[in-house]
Amino acid sequence: MLDLQFLIPEIFLSISIFSLLMIGVFIKDSFQTIYRLSIIVILSLILIILTGSHELTKVFSDSFVIDNFSSYSKILILISTFFVLLISKRHLIDIKNNKFEYPIIILLSILGMFIMVSSNDLILFYLGLELQSLALYILASIDRDNITSSEAGIKYFVLSALSSGLLLYGCSLIYGFSGSTNFEQIAILSKDFNAGIIFGMVFILVGLAFKVSAVPFHMWTPDVYQGAPTSVTSYFSVVPKIAGIAIFIKFMYLPFQGLLTEWQYILVFMSIGSMILGAVAAIGQKNIKRLMAYSSIGHIGYAIAGIASGTENGFKSTLVYISIYVVMNIGAFACILLMKRSGKYVEDINELSGISKNHPLVSLGLLIILFSLAGIPPLAGFFAKFYVFMAVIESGMYTLAIIGLITTVISAFYYIRVIKIMYFDEPKKPFEKFVDYRIHGPLLLSCILILTFFLYPSILNEFVSSINIF
Amino acid sequence: MNFPILSSITFLPLIGALFVFLTRTEKGEINNSAIYISIFTSFVNFFLTLFLWYSFDTETPDFQFIEEFNWISGFIKFKFGIDGISILFILLTAFITPICIISCINTIKNRLKEFLIALLILETFMIGVFCSLDLVIFYLFFEAGLIPMFLIIGIWGGPRKVYSAFKFFLFTLLGSVLMLIAIISIYWITGTTDVIQIYEIKIPTEFQYLLWLAFFSSFAVKLPMWPVHTWLPDAHVEAPTPGSVVLAAILLKMAGYGFLRFSVGMFPVASEYFTPLIFILSVVAVIYASLVALMQDDMKKLIAYSSVAHMGFVTIGIFTFNKQGIEGSIIQMFSHGLISAALFLSVGVLYDRTHSRLIKTYGGIVHILPKYSFLFMIFAMGTLGLPGTSGFVGEFLILIGVFKVNFLVAIVSSIGVILAAAYILWLYKRIIFGKLENAQLKKIKDVNFSEGSILTVLCVMILFFGFYPEPLIETMQVSVDNLINNYNLDVNKNISLK
Repeated sequence: MLDLQFLIPEIFLSISIFSLLMIGVFIKDSFQTIYRLSIIVILSLILIILTGSHELTKVFSDSFVIDNFSSYSKILILISTFFVLLISKRHLIDIKNNKFEYPIIILLSILGMFIMVSSNDLILFYLGLELQSLALYILASIDRDNITSSEAGIKYFVLSALSSGLLLYGCSLIYGFSGSTNFEQIAILSKDFNAGIIFGMVFILVGLAFKVSAVPFHMWTPDVYQGAPTSVTSYFSVVPKIAGIAIFIKFMYLPFQGLLTEWQYILVFMSIGSMILGAVAAIGQKNIKRLMAYSSIGHIGYAIAGIASGTENGFKSTLVYISIYVVMNIGAFACILLMKRSGKYVEDINELSGISKNHPLVSLGLLIILFSLAGIPPLAGFFAKFYVFMAVIESGMYTLAIIGLITTVISAFYYIRVIKIMYFDEPKKPFEKFVDYRIHGPLLLSCILILTFFLYPSILNEFVSSINIF
Repeated sequence: MNFPILSSITFLPLIGALFVFLTRTEKGEINNSAIYISIFTSFVNFFLTLFLWYSFDTETPDFQFIEEFNWISGFIKFKFGIDGISILFILLTAFITPICIISCINTIKNRLKEFLIALLILETFMIGVFCSLDLVIFYLFFEAGLIPMFLIIGIWGGPRKVYSAFKFFLFTLLGSVLMLIAIISIYWITGTTDVIQIYEIKIPTEFQYLLWLAFFSSFAVKLPMWPVHTWLPDAHVEAPTPGSVVLAAILLKMAGYGFLRFSVGMFPVASEYFTPLIFILSVVAVIYASLVALMQDDMKKLIAYSSVAHMGFVTIGIFTFNKQGIEGSIIQMFSHGLISAALFLSVGVLYDRTHSRLIKTYGGIVHILPKYSFLFMIFAMGTLGLPGTSGFVGEFLILIGVFKVNFLVAIVSSIGVILAAAYILWLYKRIIFGKLENAQLKKIKDVNFSEGSILTVLCVMILFFGFYPEPLIETMQVSVDNLINNYNLDVNKNISLK
């Protein structure tokens, strides 16, 4: 019974979800109430985790772990969810999607991610992953009267279910060959060469690559990003990525640490593939959400490059990378959610033509974010890449570093193309002018963080430095 | 010295830009407060640099005014410091920027406030490049300059601005990413990115070659050297006048400075090894760019190609590794900063009046713009290196330096000097002399007060340093000697090892 005290965040979250569900069912037009309550839930969860213990604790016969790593990921998940909820409210109301289920499903997916990043056992990991995925399927198709949203949901569901199946198959192979589902046990048992475990590992990698949309399992990303409502896309592009990368790191460094030489090549391939595809395929895109999809594939490529280095600096740089990526993406989606003309949201990049004349401040914000996404110093995005390549070069993977940095140049092309449309082209009709602190606030915060990051670039490293998952 | 003067000089323009950002104007009005703030900031900065020059100790080869504090905890320190070489570039930057800002009043018609912000931010980055004594900080400033320059070309540029801005951005970025890899590798090889420490530790010879090439790729694009110079004519032609001025006068010098500080300073053995490569590329640049310049019908393009040729001289001078050559190339960079700025401003004067950069539009200007023709003549003489102008001192010293090292290179590059005379005099003849045929030209007025004053100031500086280059030489002498001594020590050690 004593073990339960370590699960307070999860228990609190579950209880809140069910009570919110009840409130939502019994009160009419409860979107506002539920929305506010879920924000309160998220904020109090941040407090609970911050004040709680981060000491390495294993509970429930070592299947659930509380440590710095899980706490860091959880806090990052919560903070980004908080901002995503803020920026998406107006959009949800505008597209008449203000259903009370929306925040609840998001909370459910967070619960899944919490279990996932804390898991130390294949079964618990799979449970968390599925809880998260099921919530995401619903989110993708939440605009159920809209055919593209439903299509996105179906696509995501079918492909994701397939990948979950492969992943589960991998889990069973590993259990079969090692005799344990516990991560640490697997690490010990897989020290000797064992083809079965390597097979299992590859299947698990497939599943994980799918969840973080790394090449070659990225195909769902552009369609789902484009089809889902923008508010959902902003959630998709941020929060599941954090959880996915976190569990990716955990798998590579804990159960599969002995198989470094085996998975390193796979990861290098994934990373190079994602970077190149993200850079090249985004060039021709006309839809800004599709562009962001390819951009996120590219960024995941850089994040995986950090993991692929196989060192301690490597996974830490990936954590830093994903944290900065989150800040930039929230800002970018805040801008996309401002692209509204005569009551309708537009997604075509050409609609941005010349907006710097009519919306100087917002376009300045997007300019900063795009340069940062392109990794131009002295903005935060540069430091993200810098740390990753520090780790990559430390392990002597020069090919990966050179390809990675050359794809930075290619991807800079499509980011500055958007800037060109905003700043160099002739102005079109202005977008609707409104000031909504829920959108402009996060945008401003994101820009300030990106701009001032160079003053103290090791701030994230200091958080990350104490993390140890071995 | 506790007052952080280098940081103040570097970040003062940024603060000025912030104030400019906060100014407000009604639509259609000229934003006077923005102009005053930026002129004030850039002048204060210029006087601060003069003070810096005054308090600079020319007797010691060590780095001075060093500021350092922990930046990325654990491995990278924020480190500023200058020696006799970098202070000249800081001076140049602080001198050219106010001139650009004054020229904005006449040339930039829309979004003046944004332009001034971009220019001031660019000044911060440029001075930062010359101050930084840490490779990562250097890279940061070196690359960051891309953002404002990209916007300056793209927003305020001419008809093909998008193409030029993209070409500029992608070319330079592609060159620089390899340098980033090299910098990170240096960190893992030596355990530091502090330039002074790397000078002492010395990078092992076997690593030097690849690292040198990576740095070279970045500087060659930025300088620009043949065959990666093609972005420069485009960028120059499309950029607005102040943009061209900054580009030619300072941004190109960052690469020359990089060669001196990093390529020669950190990789002496590799620099010696690759000297033939540099000589070949530079000689081709000098001859080829001069020939291409002869055939241009666009004034700005002609000056752009002449920049390529002049920068070719600079690299030849640096890689002679003797006192005359290196001092010559530093003076050449300094004087090219003044002369190319003056030439682009002069072209800007004509362009503002007629909106044409084509040479054939003009002819017989001397009859209507006598003051302008006089000033333009001095600048043309500076370009071709007439004794008495600063252009002469640099080219002459470089040629002396090369004659000591490689006779053939010296002969061929001397032909470049003759070609320079050909294209610039021909340009001068076609624009200034002849009959005034174009009716549109008859209405235009001579230089106004602001144009006249900045051109005169440049003219005076070109003549002053032409007759009396001593202040420049005195400032850099000890540092250049130190650089050459270290180079010779390392190279000789390497030879004796073999």
